[in-house]
Formats: sequence, C-alpha cells, structure tokens
Amino acid sequence: MTSNFLLDGEEVPFEPGQSVVQAALAAGRYIPHLCYHPEFKPHGSCKVCTVRVNGRTATACTLPAQTGLEVASVTEEINGLRHTLVQMLFAEGNHFCPSCEKSGNCMLQALGYDLGVMTAGFRHYFPDRPVDASHPDILLDFNRCILCELCVRASSEVDGKSVFALSGRGLDKHLIVNSESGRLEHTDIALTDKAMEVCPVGVILKKRVGFAVPIGQRRYDVQPISAQALADAPRGSQAKHPCKSCEESP
Amino acid sequence: MSFELETAAHPENLRRVAIEPLSRVEGHGKVTLLLDEYDRVQQARLHIVEFRGFEKFVQGRPFWEIPVMVQRLCGICPVSHHLAASKAMDQIVGATQLTPTAEKLRRLMHYGQILQSHALHFFHLSSPDLLFGFDSDRARRNIVGVAAAHPDIARQGVLLRKFGQEVIRVTAGKRIHGTSAIPGGVNKNLSQEERDFLLADIYPVIAWSRDAVQLIRRLFEQNLSLYTSFGRFRAHTLSLIRADGAMDLYHGGLRARDRDGHTLFDHVEYDHYWDYVFEEVKSWSYMKFPFFRSLGPEQGWYRVGPLTRVTQCDFIDTPFAERERREFLAFDEGSASGATLAYHWARMIEMLHAAEMIKELLHDDDLMGEDLVTSGTRQERGVGMIEAPRGTLIHHYRVNEDDLVVRANLIVSTTHNNQAMNEAIRAVARQYLDGRKLSEGLLNHIEVAVRAFDPCLSCATHALGKMPLIVELLDAGGVRLDAISRDN
Repeated sequence: MTSNFLLDGEEVPFEPGQSVVQAALAAGRYIPHLCYHPEFKPHGSCKVCTVRVNGRTATACTLPAQTGLEVASVTEEINGLRHTLVQMLFAEGNHFCPSCEKSGNCMLQALGYDLGVMTAGFRHYFPDRPVDASHPDILLDFNRCILCELCVRASSEVDGKSVFALSGRGLDKHLIVNSESGRLEHTDIALTDKAMEVCPVGVILKKRVGFAVPIGQRRYDVQPISAQALADAPRGSQAKHPCKSCEESP
Repeated sequence: MSFELETAAHPENLRRVAIEPLSRVEGHGKVTLLLDEYDRVQQARLHIVEFRGFEKFVQGRPFWEIPVMVQRLCGICPVSHHLAASKAMDQIVGATQLTPTAEKLRRLMHYGQILQSHALHFFHLSSPDLLFGFDSDRARRNIVGVAAAHPDIARQGVLLRKFGQEVIRVTAGKRIHGTSAIPGGVNKNLSQEERDFLLADIYPVIAWSRDAVQLIRRLFEQNLSLYTSFGRFRAHTLSLIRADGAMDLYHGGLRARDRDGHTLFDHVEYDHYWDYVFEEVKSWSYMKFPFFRSLGPEQGWYRVGPLTRVTQCDFIDTPFAERERREFLAFDEGSASGATLAYHWARMIEMLHAAEMIKELLHDDDLMGEDLVTSGTRQERGVGMIEAPRGTLIHHYRVNEDDLVVRANLIVSTTHNNQAMNEAIRAVARQYLDGRKLSEGLLNHIEVAVRAFDPCLSCATHALGKMPLIVELLDAGGVRLDAISRDN
C-alpha cells in the first residue's frame, strides 16, 4: 500500500525514508531548492525549500515524508519568503551575472528568474574575496559562494580528499581550501573529482572554458529550473517501488 | 602646457556658462565657457564627468571572462569592446591566425555594429540639426520632428539600425552584449536559416545606405560655406589600415599623417602601440589626452574616426562606397575632407561600406564552417585593436601565469578625439558665440560640433529624450544669475 501526504492540497506518494522534496520531485512536483542535491544527504542550510507544514515552517529537504502531513509550498507567503532569501544570497556575494561564465548554468540565477527576483532588495555587501587561480586547471571564485557545502560534502564523502571546508561564523563564514597554504594548488583536487561537478553557482570552475557554450544554449536557457529539476529527479526508487498510478499504467 | 582658449588667463573675473548635460550624444559630458564683460569667449572646455574604472576592476579576473565583461562599458558599441578584447585574448592564447569561420563571423558582427551605430547617430541624433538647422525650433529638433517632416528618412534610419542589430543578434547571440567571440575564435557559426534571414533584407539596406550618402551630400551642396567652415580645425590623423592600403575596420597596421597629409608612420604593427601613442592627464576631465609620442603632447594630438578613415585609406574595396569616397574627396576641390561636419558624410560612406561587406560575407560559406577555435603558445601580453564606429579602439592586457589579468589599458575612440573635440568647440565658440548674447540656438552650435564626432562620452547607454539641456549663467562668485533650460 502506498503512503501519501498532501502537497498544496494534492496527494503525493512517498517511499519510507524519502524527504518531502525527494517525494515531491519523484512525483513530478517541484519545490524550489538550492543546497539540496539528490546524491547527497540533505543539508537544510539555504532554506529555499521552506514549506509550511501543519501550520509550521520547515525545510522540505530535511523533513521526512509522513502520512498526514499537509504541506503548503506554492503560496504567496512561502514564495515571498523564498524571494527574500534569494535576494539575500545575491546581496551577500558578488554575483555579476552579465559577465559570469556560469550564467545560464547557475541555479541561483535560474531560481531568481523562477521566483521573479527583479531587484536586489537589499544593500549589497560587496565583500572583498580574491579568487584562487593557483591551480593550473581549476579556478575558485569565492565571490559567488552561497555556503551550500555541496563541494565540502562531495570532496569528503565521494572523493575522499576533504579539499574544502567552511570557516568562520555568521557574516564571516566563508569557504576555505584545506591545505597548509590555503591555496588550491597545494591540494590533490582533480578535474575528475565529484567536487568539480556539484557547485550550483560559479565558484568551482574549470579554467579556460568560459563562454565556449553560447548563452542561449545552456542548461537553464533550454528550460526553467522547475522543469530541469523534475527532469533530473531520480526515478529509480519509484521504479523499484511503483506507486498505484504506475501500476495502473500500461 | 595649454592650448588657446583652454585656460583663461584670469578666470576670476569671467562669467561661466555651462552646457550640462550635453544632449543627443552617448553618455554624459558638459561644456563650460568663460566669458568676459564683452561676451568674448576666454575659455572653452569639453568635460567628461563620468568615471568608469574598468581598467581597474578587470584586474584579478580570469582572462577568458574579459571580452564579455568589458563590453559592459557601453550599450551602443559593446561589439567593438567585445571584439577588441577578444583580439587581445587571441594573443594571450597564442592564436596568431583565426579559423576562416571565426574571422569572418567576427567581421560580420563588426560590420553589423558599424551599420547600426552609424545609422543611430546620423538619423536619430544628428539629422534633426542637419535637416532643420542648428538654431531651428527646438521643439521639433529631434527624431520625432524628423519623423513628422521627413517620414521616409526617419523610417529608413530606423530600419537600417534594426538590420544592424539583427546582424549582431545572429552573430553575437544577443542584440546587445553578446558572447560569441572567445579567446582564439568564436563559440558559434552562422546557420543557413540565419544567413537566409539576413540576406532577405540586405539589398534594401544597401539602397538606403546609398540614399543616406546622397542626403548628406545634398546638405553640403545646399549649405556649402557653413558645412565646410563650421568648427573647422586642422589635426593629425590616426587609423588602422590594411596591408594594401584599403580601409579595414576590423584589422590592420597603424597609419598616421600630419596636418598636411604627410605620413608620420605607416603599417605599424599595433602590438607595440605605446612606442607611438602616449596619454596625458588633465585635472578638469576624466578623459585622458592621447598624443603621438614623437611630437609631444602640445603638437602631437590627433583625430580618429570615420573622417580620418575615409580620407586616410588608399581605397575602399567595395564598389559603391569606393565611388562615394572618390566623390567625397573631389567635392568642391577637396573642401569637405577637412570639415568637422564631414564626419557625417564619411560616416555614411562607411555605413554603405558596412552594408556592402555584410552582403559579401553573407555569400561566403565559410561562415557556416565548424572549425571555430584555435590556439598556440600562451603569451603574457595581449593587445587588441579595432576600428570601432567612433574610431580606433585599443585594448591592452597583461595576464599572469595563473590566468588572471594584472594590468589593463583601454584607449577608446572618443579619448583619441578628446583634444580634437575641444578644438572644434573652440572654433565654434570663436565663430558663433564670441561677443554675442547667448541663446539656446547658439549654444546648440557647440553641441552640433561635439555631435559630429559621435562621442561616446562614458561608453554608457544613451537615454534618448531624457537629457535636459540646462545652461546656467553664474557670476564670478558662483552665484546663479540666469538660466535657460530645455525640457525634452
């Protein structure tokens, strides 16, 4: 028997152990998110996936799906909160989309478009964050970091290298490189590492690629982030544990 | 060092008149005049009051980002900055010879830029002065007035610019701030559909460009004395030139001539331009004053742009434009070739040349090739130079071994013309303002002289119809005595 919860008034099936985001995406329902990555344990730091659950707010990526949950996601109030969160992320870093080579492939930018973020909303901090270009093949542009820790998790959990870490607290929190010099050239990071793939913004870049792919032909130029997230959502567990509607399909 | 009318001997006793901001030019600037008790002009200066700072904040950025970043200098000719920076980065990645597809796609983009920029300037910004008169009714001295009185001319101007923008869109990826030129080549070719789309309109574009040349010629014929003498001054000249002496707006060596037309240097490789061109800073303008190093700052200033290019090349290798060039040079025994208002005539000849080049390129199958990028031995320094719509544009970068820009020097077209524009307004001030009671129409004469150069004062976007002209009359103590304002 399939278990369900309610998302914006409609039933969403889930498997035991799935989070609300995982179940929603697997069911073709998009909940905006940034730091969530289907291959990693949920982190819950960006708060963009915030939903209202039985009257309280919670991050949908860390909230276990349960029968009886009544989740509100697409509401004026919740999308307003997400809108503000994204504005704050833009204000905290130096996100110059017009000249950023990640433009069109950037989740933050795509989410901004998706949520209709047209203005900064807050005074920019303009932090001073020099880039680390010491590695011959890899560039780190800390100006764009949103502290999602995906690179930290990927380098540690998959690559087994622990190249990245977060340091400091509050506004001083920042991404660091785990080497004696603090520079990337003194790590064993490689272009083939998982950490090279996961950055949702434009921090970790393969050098000398830049604008080789034209603007207009990039990931979120082709379809909006809401559609792309659904296309990328894992379906394997659903295939192993088909829901009732799938069983009924020819 | 100071030029005549640059600095008054005793400014403390003079009245100050400011034309601020200048209207129907790109960006923001002002002209100040100091008048004595007899309304004689004692000082005239063109000030550039904006500060862009790109040379500083590209430092520390990766070199492959620069062609996309620096084009944000400007909303009118971003293609020129995009291409000049790309040419510099070609040198950084050691791409000494681009693939035919890359070279021709960039050229097509550049000619689209020349076409749209020249059309915008002539029809939208300058034709109101030329068609109605410099001191005509200011209420209709704008593109709306042109559309009402000369609908065919206005329509052609709009469509010419639109076509140029479409060329840019299909070659650069966007109408404004495209991204297709990358270090060592381009990131796209031209599709068959895109080529057919542009070919559908190219012939009327050439015809309208020919009409535009005839229009400015007629204006010269009808106002010969005014047009050949207005704001006239003598200057050295500088432009890029192809190896065979032909006009080449995309690439070439440096050619410079003195005020009498004698060669100062010719076919100089531009990657050591600093041996020939140097810059001086003055306290009253954010724009630097370049000069020929061999002649020094006082004698070495020069002008660039359409008038220089048309008069300095040996020939133009497209038939209609070449015929117009010859007629232009022969006109009234050559009287137009040194006239400030002849910038407009030369600009239209270049627009015709650009239209012809676009047609020629669109019939070249290389544009649809697949070989887009090349590279070679990595270099530390890159210089890119191009003939932008307003004149010679220089981008110069040093890149460290970590691939980051550590130094940048940009000498934009309008900067080369800085002293020349000041000379033009001083000539106009002497000709038309000296000893006369000022009026809006008289002050517009100053703006007409500035507009002839099509200056991009900030390399920023142009807000048509949003720039009021405010002329203030202050006493020596800075107290406002009178003001004339013009609401657009």
